[in-house]
Amino acid sequence: MHFADGTIPEDYLRYTYAKYLWILGGIAFLFILLILSISVGAVSIPAYDVFLTLVNGAIDRINDVLALISEETSFLHLEIPRFGETASHKWDAIIWNIRLPQALAAIAAGVGLSVAGVAMQSILRNPLGSPFTLGISNAGAFGAAVSIVLLGTGRMTSTVAGAVVINNPYLTTFVAFAFCLLATAVILLIAKIRGASPEVMVLAGVALSSLFTAGTMFLQYFADDTQLAAVVFWTFGDVGRAGWRELWIMGVVVAIACMYFIANRWNYNAIDAGDETAKGLGVNVERIRNLGMVVAALVTAVIVSFLGVIGFVGLVCPHMVRRIIGDEQRFLIPGSMVMGGILLLASDTAARLIVAPYVLPVAVLTAFMGAPVFIYLLLRGYRR
Amino acid sequence: MILSVDELRFFYRNREILARIGFSINEGEVVAILGPNGVGKTTLLKCLNRILQPKSGVISLNGDSLSSLELIEIARRIGYVPQRVETGRLTAFDAVLLGRRPHIGWDITEKDLRIVDAAFRRFGMEHLRLSYIDEMSGGELQKVAIARAFVQEPKILLFDEPTSNLDLKNQVEILSTIREIVTQHQIAAVMTMHDLNLALRYADRFILLKDRSIHLCGGRDAITSKEIEEVYGVEVVIGELEGVPCVIPKCLTPAAGG
Repeated sequence: MHFADGTIPEDYLRYTYAKYLWILGGIAFLFILLILSISVGAVSIPAYDVFLTLVNGAIDRINDVLALISEETSFLHLEIPRFGETASHKWDAIIWNIRLPQALAAIAAGVGLSVAGVAMQSILRNPLGSPFTLGISNAGAFGAAVSIVLLGTGRMTSTVAGAVVINNPYLTTFVAFAFCLLATAVILLIAKIRGASPEVMVLAGVALSSLFTAGTMFLQYFADDTQLAAVVFWTFGDVGRAGWRELWIMGVVVAIACMYFIANRWNYNAIDAGDETAKGLGVNVERIRNLGMVVAALVTAVIVSFLGVIGFVGLVCPHMVRRIIGDEQRFLIPGSMVMGGILLLASDTAARLIVAPYVLPVAVLTAFMGAPVFIYLLLRGYRR
Repeated sequence: MILSVDELRFFYRNREILARIGFSINEGEVVAILGPNGVGKTTLLKCLNRILQPKSGVISLNGDSLSSLELIEIARRIGYVPQRVETGRLTAFDAVLLGRRPHIGWDITEKDLRIVDAAFRRFGMEHLRLSYIDEMSGGELQKVAIARAFVQEPKILLFDEPTSNLDLKNQVEILSTIREIVTQHQIAAVMTMHDLNLALRYADRFILLKDRSIHLCGGRDAITSKEIEEVYGVEVVIGELEGVPCVIPKCLTPAAGG
């Protein structure tokens, strides 16, 4: 066939640049939000100081690496000067130990839940698809309840802030994660027996969710006061629970999941065009469905186990992005990642502010913040 | 000979849908698969590019056995246009660009963009490039789906009832387009159809399915009123209009009031 007469379509390229511009704008906005989020709280830190601390912190770490290299090679003596006149370390402790990990956890969880949501909507061919459709969050909550009530990790101590602390968070996290994996395995087994059709997956998810919810209720019924409080507390997703170590694990898992989904963007486009079209385009639809489900489930399981249940982000962010830049997965996947980060970070910032000095868990706020925006977008319809 | 099918059998669970199907297709040929509802026309079509996996039989594609080819390699040689086209919030250009998927490595290249652009010109749809497909009419959508299969640069195009749900003008337009690209690029097209008259007008050869197997395979001359009656169970008269045979069913019951 001869297609030599085709030209590069300028109007289409302009159209795609506009989409990339939206995404880049979102990333820039996310950075500004990050600075703002770190600067506000019980102690106010000027935004410029936050910026300097972050930049200088990064420079210090690069210098550490450079120093190591120059020791090894003994002829390179590079050192990047610290930025700005104020070389003060006044805010280092608050920023590096408390606020930055929390903000980064919000971004990582938002990105992860949102990218899992966009993938599930495609995999299940269902606009109501979300990371929790398959019952992962309920499985995680049940796992936490098992750990707290049956394994006795649920004695609490009151902290100054009045929050409760689970005395063995690692075991709780581990058991929650194990149950998330169990739920995923059951779904995969059903997919293996009955074929990975969207209807089967959605219904299996509904069944599993109910089952784990019933199990959690059963345990709660027999739990004593403190255990009950700990179980309920655990299910309120809170990004403040993550330290640097949890953050690293979450960050790596989320990054791998994002890369996987971006690499498969054409396959998801094909599946969106219908199973038969996708197969006609050489896509192994069943395998892409199963693999996508596993990746989405894993990233969700890690986030839920570390932070608790954070609803709404995975469902709503993809739809917000669909209404701004459309359904084409090349733009939708990165767009949803950015939107997820923005929504969860903004929610967390608000959650720390609205009833200060008390700090709300972010899960309470995501729905408050997400729902009105979502309804507005629904009413407004698509961008022309 | 571009495609040949031999002793093809297909089972849905334990029920035999297709039994001992065999035929071949040449370059530049439009073949229509005809037969009553539920006889397995679509099933046969889907076996041709392994959307469905036949139980036994050999399908060879330019001499290569279909079962030995990777799915992506099949997609580079065979394009498939389903009966129902799913829409979404994306532009026609994006939708057609998806047809390049079997050839795309990490990302699209200038070449892909040029090919898609050429396809829009070829189908006279330049003005629709940046229209959203969820706002398109059935005819426009069908053209987008055909363009998508076309930019796969296949040697064979498969169509599952390309004219169902289309008005008269669009039916004629779509089928003339298929006819043209097949002749011009010396590829082949196989389509399942219900409308015998459109099939007789636009296809070169006909495969009539009855009772899980091929009742008849041949050109226009082979389609007689006797054969149609045997396959569809309806008495028909075959006339001729502008040199093309034309099938008119006799009334099963006298028209009301007439």
